[in-house]
Formats: sequence, C-alpha cells, structure tokens
Amino acid sequence: MPELDFVAPTTVEDAVRALAAAGGGGRPLGGGTDLLVQMKSGRARPKAIVDLKRIPGMIGIREEGGGFSIGAATPGALLGEHTALAAAWPGVVEGANLIGSTQIQGRATLAGNLCNASPAADSVPAMVAAGATAVVVGSKGRREVPVEQVPTGPGSTSLAPDEFVAEIKLPARPPHAADAYLRLIPRTEMDIAVVGAGVNLTLDAGGTITDARVALGAVAPTVILVPDAAKAIIGTKLDEAALAALDAAARAAAKPIDDKRGTVDYRIKIAGVLARRAAGIAYERAKAR
Amino acid sequence: MTGVLEKPAAAELKVVGTRPIRPDGVDKVTGRAQYGADYVMPGMLFGRIKRSPHAHARIVSIDTKKARALAGVKAVITAADLPNLASEEYEAGEGGGDLRDLSLNVMARGKALYEGHAVAAVAAISPVIAEAALDLIEVKYEPLPHVIDVEAAMAPDAPVLHERMFTQGLPEASSKPSNISRVNKLGRGDLEAGFAEADVVVEGRYVTKGVHQGYIEPHACLASFSEDGQSTVWSSSQGQFMVRTYCSKLLDLEAANIRVIPAEIGGGFGGKTTVYLEPLALALSRLSGRPVKMVMSREEVFRATGPTSGAVIEVKLGAKRDGTITAADIVLKYQAGAFAGSPVGAGSMTAMACYNIPNVAITGYDVVTNTPKVAAYRAPGAPISAFGVESAIDELALKLEMDPIDIRVKNGVASGMQAVYGPTYNSIAYLDTLEAIRKSEHYAAPLGPNQGRGLAVGFWFNIGGESSGAVHINDDGSAVVVTANPDIGGSRASMAMMAAEVLGLPVEQVRPVVGDTTAIGFSGLTGGSRVTFATGMAVTRAAEKVVEDLRRRAALTWDTAVENVAWENGQAVCLDPAKDVKPLTLKQLAARSGRTGGPISGEVSLTAQGAGPGFAVHLCDVEIDRETGHVKIVRYTAAQDVGRAIHPSYVEGQIQGGVAQGVGWALNEEYIYDKDGRMENPGFLDYRVPVASDLPMIDAIMIETAPNPRHPFGAKGVGEVPIVPPLAAVANAVRSALGVRFHELPMSPPKIRAALDAQG
Amino acid sequence: MSKTHVTTVVNDDPVEFLTDPSTTLLDALRDHLGLTGAKEGCGSGDCGACSVIVDGRLVCACLMLAPEAEGRRIETIEGMAQGGALHPLQQKFLEHAALQCGFCTPGILVAAKALLAENPDPSETEVRYYLAGNLCRCTGYDKVVRAVMDAAADLRQVRRA
Repeated sequence: MPELDFVAPTTVEDAVRALAAAGGGGRPLGGGTDLLVQMKSGRARPKAIVDLKRIPGMIGIREEGGGFSIGAATPGALLGEHTALAAAWPGVVEGANLIGSTQIQGRATLAGNLCNASPAADSVPAMVAAGATAVVVGSKGRREVPVEQVPTGPGSTSLAPDEFVAEIKLPARPPHAADAYLRLIPRTEMDIAVVGAGVNLTLDAGGTITDARVALGAVAPTVILVPDAAKAIIGTKLDEAALAALDAAARAAAKPIDDKRGTVDYRIKIAGVLARRAAGIAYERAKAR
Repeated sequence: MTGVLEKPAAAELKVVGTRPIRPDGVDKVTGRAQYGADYVMPGMLFGRIKRSPHAHARIVSIDTKKARALAGVKAVITAADLPNLASEEYEAGEGGGDLRDLSLNVMARGKALYEGHAVAAVAAISPVIAEAALDLIEVKYEPLPHVIDVEAAMAPDAPVLHERMFTQGLPEASSKPSNISRVNKLGRGDLEAGFAEADVVVEGRYVTKGVHQGYIEPHACLASFSEDGQSTVWSSSQGQFMVRTYCSKLLDLEAANIRVIPAEIGGGFGGKTTVYLEPLALALSRLSGRPVKMVMSREEVFRATGPTSGAVIEVKLGAKRDGTITAADIVLKYQAGAFAGSPVGAGSMTAMACYNIPNVAITGYDVVTNTPKVAAYRAPGAPISAFGVESAIDELALKLEMDPIDIRVKNGVASGMQAVYGPTYNSIAYLDTLEAIRKSEHYAAPLGPNQGRGLAVGFWFNIGGESSGAVHINDDGSAVVVTANPDIGGSRASMAMMAAEVLGLPVEQVRPVVGDTTAIGFSGLTGGSRVTFATGMAVTRAAEKVVEDLRRRAALTWDTAVENVAWENGQAVCLDPAKDVKPLTLKQLAARSGRTGGPISGEVSLTAQGAGPGFAVHLCDVEIDRETGHVKIVRYTAAQDVGRAIHPSYVEGQIQGGVAQGVGWALNEEYIYDKDGRMENPGFLDYRVPVASDLPMIDAIMIETAPNPRHPFGAKGVGEVPIVPPLAAVANAVRSALGVRFHELPMSPPKIRAALDAQG
Repeated sequence: MSKTHVTTVVNDDPVEFLTDPSTTLLDALRDHLGLTGAKEGCGSGDCGACSVIVDGRLVCACLMLAPEAEGRRIETIEGMAQGGALHPLQQKFLEHAALQCGFCTPGILVAAKALLAENPDPSETEVRYYLAGNLCRCTGYDKVVRAVMDAAADLRQVRRA
C-alpha cells in the first residue's frame, strides 16, 4: 500500500474538512473490514484515511424519540449487547451479527455495510425493511435519507466525495411489531449471502398484518424493497395462501445474476423460500410483543 | 526386554499407547514456535514474484531495466538467470517428477502455462518497494488459447501445452503432440468373461473438481547466501533434505554447501513436498549479497501452488445376484496441471484395493491443463477414484438390495490375498474394520426426517523410505532423539515415546529434536504417512543400539559377559549368579560414561519397508433442507486399521482432520475458473473449507487387531487414508436422504436444489 | 513518507513504535514489536489466525491499521500465560491434543479466551459458532471444541471456589 495520510479527528466538522481536503482520494474509516480488504487487493487506493472512531458519539447507541440512533462506527457486537435494541429490532441486529465472524463483528458497522454497497450485505435488507434512515454529513451540511437511497449499484453510493454517514436511525416501534432477517449461505458461517431477506411486520391486536416491508438482498444490483410482497401479506394472518403469494411476489421481483456463489434460477427460488421463512419468524416475534 | 526387540504385547507397553503431552506443545500454545515467516536476519530483503495474468501465453520479452533502477531494489531475476536444465527424472519424495518441469514451474521459461505462473522475481529493502518493482517489470505476452477441463484437454483439437509431449504408454508410439502425457493400464483376469458372468451391471460417470490442500500457513522461507558459497535456508517444508536437493539441482549448487533448517510448518498435507520459493530466494540472495525473505500471500497460494487434480471417473461393475462382484472396468482421467505428473497412477492402484475381484481393468490418463501443476494432497489420487468406485458399489448394493457392509464383506480383502496392484496383503484388518462399523452405535441409530446415511471405504498404501534417527544420552540420564522430519501432526511425541519405551525412561525425560540437514543422516520427507513408521523404526533401532551399548558398559563395570546383562525398566540387571550387584540405572551409567567408552549414543539410517497399508471404513449421516439444498453433517464415524496407535490422540487427530478435508471436498470446495482461465475464488471467502460450525464431533475407532509385523511396535501409517472415504460417504448419504445420486462434486446447495427440482 | 508514532499497551506493557500509516496492526505486532505469535493466514479477515483482543473485543489484526492502536489495550497470545503458568485454555489444548501443526492455535486460543470472558458456560454449538472465524485445516475441530469446553468447566470451578 503506497503513501497514505491517516488522521483521527475528534469532531464531525474536522472529519468533513479532512475528506474535502483529500479531493476525492479520502475514505472514512469505521470498522475497516471492507476498506482494508479492498486496499490490499488494490480495489481501493485512498490517499487519506479519516478515522471516525475518536469522534464522541460515533460509537454508541442512543434511544431517542422512541427509536434508536446508532453511531456510524458502532460495531455489530455492540448492537447485539444492547438489550433494548435487540428486543425492538431483532432482525436488524441478527443481520449485523451474521456479517463475517465474531472477529469481524467486533469491528464491522451498519454504516460501513451500507456504504460498501454490496447487494449481498447482510445488515441492509433488515435496515431497509425497518425503514431505517441514514444521517449524511458533508461540506454542504447534514441530510437524512432512507437507507435504500444510499447504495446506487454494486460498490457505488449516492454520497459525494466529502460526505459520510454519521448515524443510522431506526424509527419508533408500534406494539405488535417485529422484524427478522434470513440468508442462505453454503456453509454455516463465514460466507457472503447468496440470497438475503429482511421482513418487518406490524400486527393489530388480533394478529392481522397491518403493515409490512419486505426487502431482498443479492438478487439485484442493490438491496430491493418489494412492495408487491408486502401487499401479498397485508390484511392476512400469514396463512398458507398469503405465504404462497409472498413467495411468488418475491420470486417475481428477484433479478439476480449467475456468479460463483449462485445461479439465477437458484437465487430466484431461494428468494421466495427466505421471504416466507423470514415473514414467519417476524410474525411469531410480533405476536409476542 | 533383552536382545533383539520382539513385538511386545500391548499390555506390556508402558509408554507407547498412552497420551502424553507433546514435547513441542508449550511453544505452540504460547506463540513461541517459529514458522517460516517468523524468521528475521539483519539486512534482510523482501522478495516478491511477478506472475502471469494469462492462463496460456508465449512470453515474448521481459524487460527488467526499470525495475532494477528503482531505488531500494537489490536484485531482479528471470529464467534467464537460472540454469536451463535438461529433462531428468528425480525421486525426492512422494513420487518424483522431472527436474526440468520443476524448474520451469518455479520460473517460467518461454511460456506461461497457468494464471499465476512465476515469470520474474525481485528482492528489495521493503515489501512496498518490491511490489512497486514488480509493476515496473515489462512483460510482453502473446496470449494463446487455453484449456482447463480434463476431457477438453484430451480432445484432438485442444490447445497443446507442450509441443514435445507425446503420449506414453500407447500400443503404438505417437508423433502428434498431445496433452495426454501418459496412459497407464493395470488389471488382471478376463474382463469380458467377468461381465458375461454378471447378473447385474452398474455404470456411472463421476466428476470431481480441483481442490487445494488448504494449509493455513502460506509458503514462506528465508535464504542467506554467503560470500564463501555457503548458504542457509530456513523453510516451512515437509522435508529439509528435499528442499536441499531441489535447490542444488535447480541452481546447480553443491548440495553439501546448502544448509536447510526446518521451520515449524503450518500444515502441508503433501502440498509442501515441493519447492516454489526457496530456489528463487537463494538466487536473489546470491545476486544481492543479502538475506532474502519470501512469503506468499493467500491469493498466490491458490493461484500458483499445487492443488490436486480435477478428474473424470468412469466405473462399470458387474456382479452376481448373491453380491459377488465379477468384473470392474474403470477409466480415470486426471488433470496434471501445467506439467505431467498427476496422481492417476496411485488413483488406479488404490481404486479396487479393498475388493478381491478376479477381473479388473483400470485405465488412467495423465493430462496436462492450464492450471497450476498439481502437488500431492493426502493420499494423492485415491479419494478421487474412491469417490467413483464407492458410489458405484453403493449403487450396486441398492440394486441387489444388499446391506452396504455385507456386500463389502463378501468381496473384501484379507491377509493372503493378492492386491489388484500386485503385492500380497499381510496382516491386514480390513474385515475387522467393517465389523467395527457394523457393531457401532451409529450404525444402529435411527434416522430422522430429511436425513440419510452413507457408507464408504478407502485404502492407502503408506510408504516406508529412507530415514535416520539418532539417540544421545545426556549426563543426567535423560535422552535426546534427533530426526530430520518436520513435525506436521505430532510425530515428535511419537518419536520420544518409542525411544522412551525402548530405553525404559519416562517420556518426559526424552527430548525430541528435528535437526537440519547438517545434523543427521539423510531422511526422506514427511509425507506418505511414513514418519511414525519409517523414522520411528530408525529411532527405535537407534535406541536399541544404545541399549546394546548400555548393556556392554554394565558388563564391563561388573566384569561379566554381556549375555549376562538384561535391560529392564530403564536399568541394567545382572543375571550372573556369581555376582551380587545392584542394577545400574541409565542415570548411573550415563554419569560414568567417560570410564566405559565415552559418550553414549546410537545413530541409524535405514530404508524402511513394509509400511502396512491403511484401510478405512466411514459412516456419515446428513440432514438436508429440501427447499434450500443445504446439507448438514449430523453424525460421522470413522473406523481405521491402524496396526498400533503409538499416541492415540494424534492418531485420532489424523482421522478427524482427514474426514474434515473430505467433507469440504464433497460439499463446497472447488477451483472456479472464468472464461479466461483465471481463478475466481483465490481466497478463503469463496474457497470454502469447513468451519467449526459445519461439523459435528467426529468419532474415530482405531482397530489394532493386526499389528504391523514390520514395525517394532506394530504401527501402520495412519495420516492419509482418512481422506479417502468421505467424498463417497457424504455422496452416498445425500443419495440416501434425497433418492438422488450426485455424480459431480462439490454438492453445493444450488446443485442439490436443482437436482431435487429435476426429480419433480 | 513520514512515519506515524503510535503509543499503545500490549499485554499490559506500554509500548511505542514508528510505523507507516498503511501498516496493519498485525504487521506492526510482528515486525515492529517482534510478537510473531499472531499469524497471517489470509490477510483478508477470513481465517482468524491473526486474532487479537483490542479493548476487550476480539478482532482480526490484519484488518486494523497500526495507527488505530493509539491509546488502546491490546492482548495477544504472548500475554496469555502469566508468571510462568499456562492459561487453563493452553493447558487443556495440550491435554486434549487440540493442535497438530499449531499455526491456527494462537488465534484460536485468543478467540476462546474472548469467548469464555463473554460466556463462561457455552454449549458445544455456541463454541462452534463463536470460533467459526478461526479456520483449522488439521484437527477437524473436534478436540479443539472439547478442550475449550473442558477449560470452561475448570474456570467456572475456579470462580466458584
């Protein structure tokens, strides 16, 4: 790895300034579990690294407005240890805690997973289904966007060169609401998802689904929200017919490629299987809340 | 025990068969042990290799001027700086090869034959500068059409790798260049008559992909060439003498001037029985006048070091209704990689070795392909042919409605029978091993929903070979055992145990040392499951020599004949009724060694023969998620004929490790190539070896009913045969669970799901 | 290229070193501090042979840059044995023959230590999933898992006593 500037600012403003000064050659550093791999392979050749971890609040989870605000450099392991977050958003937490290994989860972040913009990112389908937002900061100021607007294609984002995600926010939770994330991998751990499905459900007191969001990973250039899949189950108690309709809607929306991890045909079928299974788990969880 | 060692009964042994803590263990659990990449020398340079991005290309020119001019670069070499060897067959380990091929593999000459093939190397004062220097080396390639698949490479219109390769072993000599380097045939009896007798015939075509040994430690060495022509190499390898021999041949240096010091080795499995870096590091050191360290990245390990063959296996079996197999016709086509020398010979010899069949024909093709030259991988060639044969036998058993153990017992080999590949079996316990599985709890356990059970057997010859061992007695009566075999599986412990048993010492008082090439006589490499057998034999004989010497010294001390002295429990005991003397301990004899002839030691170099083949019988239960195709291994039992387990924990460890590799081979591991012949998955992310959560506990049953008569303690080689049955054991279990037989490995989830969908 | 000065604590000892900012923590430990216990098996966070503990968290040292160690507390394999006595995990690995070539062993021991600090009574499944990021090619994991669970039992007894 060639010449590199490393700075660890202690304010957001300083971090923005450092990125702006690098003129497109700078990268923000959270957990580093994607960035360092790409630097070694030559896919990323930054001139400057701006470490976010010394900025107060970048590592930590705040409960606010009934929801949660998660600092961009918070490792996945911390998410799992936060009782209230894990209870309110088990799907988001389990997605984050499936990334890589225990070692990776000690460092990898939701913000980093989102901004790496892999269509197979494990934390993103659940974040999209959750209706999570990203707080983006840069020289033009601060904006908050739905997370699904950040990745624009494999490896690319809508962020300007001097922008970075400072927080991930999860909205307040109504009663009888829960989420779940499932993925298919060939082994039991350590693999990139061949397909991922995040489902977020809200039920009424009688157990009927009143709101749903279904997001699929690794079946399109970005994680996709599938409104037809949600429509298939809203108003139902997730009976066999609803599950079959959900399966079909997920399959119809999936537009995957053939690659070393899976075939088009396989990914389409598994999208249906995982959407059904994740919905089932979210449903049981929601009934219990 | 007196005089010549007779094979002791198990009950008499005090050390062999117990489970002491391995002597090198503390260094390994504290991080002190030094592996190849852990060595440093003052002034050390860092070596890096430039590699071909093309799977097949003519090297038109290489310009190293700019690289040599870069500040901090101290040496740059290409094939032009290395001797241009003539073809010469050489035996240095598990099988040999052609020295010219080896030198061309280490550094390409004229042609790049696989993506990752080394074309140049540099040494610089920092890794960053070395990498920058690589970018400055200008190589002009003329890309050529490439071929990877073994049958595609055999086709008459395939791109040819070597213009002067003409297929050997054909009835008439060929003058057309071919990618088939050789055709082997072995067999016996009358195939046509055999099939005519058969009531039932099964036929199948099976396919396996290239897989890598997957050792966690990348290749690493440090070489230092001195101004007086003497050189030292620290290397993680499976044989310091092998490294010395290859470096001397490839660089045209006198072997005696090269001292190779074995670093601890982080896994080999056969893949480190050859050289990639050492000759280059030495050449760079000679040119620069500084020590040169070279360490491969994981990507380089995958792109440029030997995997084992991908292959096609065609099996046709004929049997009578009562289960007697009357004929077997097998064709094997193995990838050799860029140069001739796949393990198709061993695959042929082992394919039917568990079966006593009168009419057998096995044809093996060795085929070059634009992939890295294959290297030995644990029982090289055998898991591949066993996958085909054991799947076919499973098919036969189903057709005949016979229990899978019954059909194998009916046709199973026993002592006195002649193996298909020639020798007569002597003191084997294959049938006992089958019975052990039949009687196991696992065999009787019921299966749950979506579960299946598969059985498969396997064979490996195990080799003997040249080994040296020396035993020295210290002044305090403790002992040092010196051998020259890198310890890849805990063999130091076994050496200490065998010496301790003979000397009558507690094992803690025996320190085993792995010496470098100047410390001990020639030893063949660590591989072929030979160390406990052959080096153990040398160590045992050396310890026996010491015991002879100790008896002689006691006799001198007591002024009696040596025939009147026995060695028991670490002491010399006087049998002479005329003498009233107390026994002399080893400690006492050591203390007075100066008066009885000087230092006490014994050294033996031998060529061990009669290694005793290994037989394994494996039973595997799987559970399959029918919607996703995900396979879970829920239970695994592996029984093996081990002769005698010197250190049972390490024998179990070999069995469990071999099973794990076989499971990975069956389910997820494969080399994936793109249309340009480039490897798509050169890392542990997408080259999927089993992780801890992928496996259950692996139950190992060690059969000791037939000790090896040729080994002082009855040991047979154990390290390799465990990887032979798992491919078919898992595939047969999948068939049992799904009703679908997989003819191709790996059985990854997309393939399982597709097969289920096709079934309807 | 100017070097960065890093001040950190490794195995309870204060240390300082100069490093290129692009050097990983793994290379800094091995090359600047001579602590070669952590190994590079892959360089991409897929094998766990470089596992260390930073501020109480298990991480891959190959995926941290050396400057990130500033002000942190780092624990490596070299700090596991204390005052001439092996850690119970190290002792159990020897007793259970839970290592063959030993290359993955430092990483697995550090990971197991982190596991037992978080979860003193793990089930076999929990051990296997926690250690999934530590590849071993020699043992098939059987004896590794047994050694970890045996050490966990011993440590629970010590805590009760």
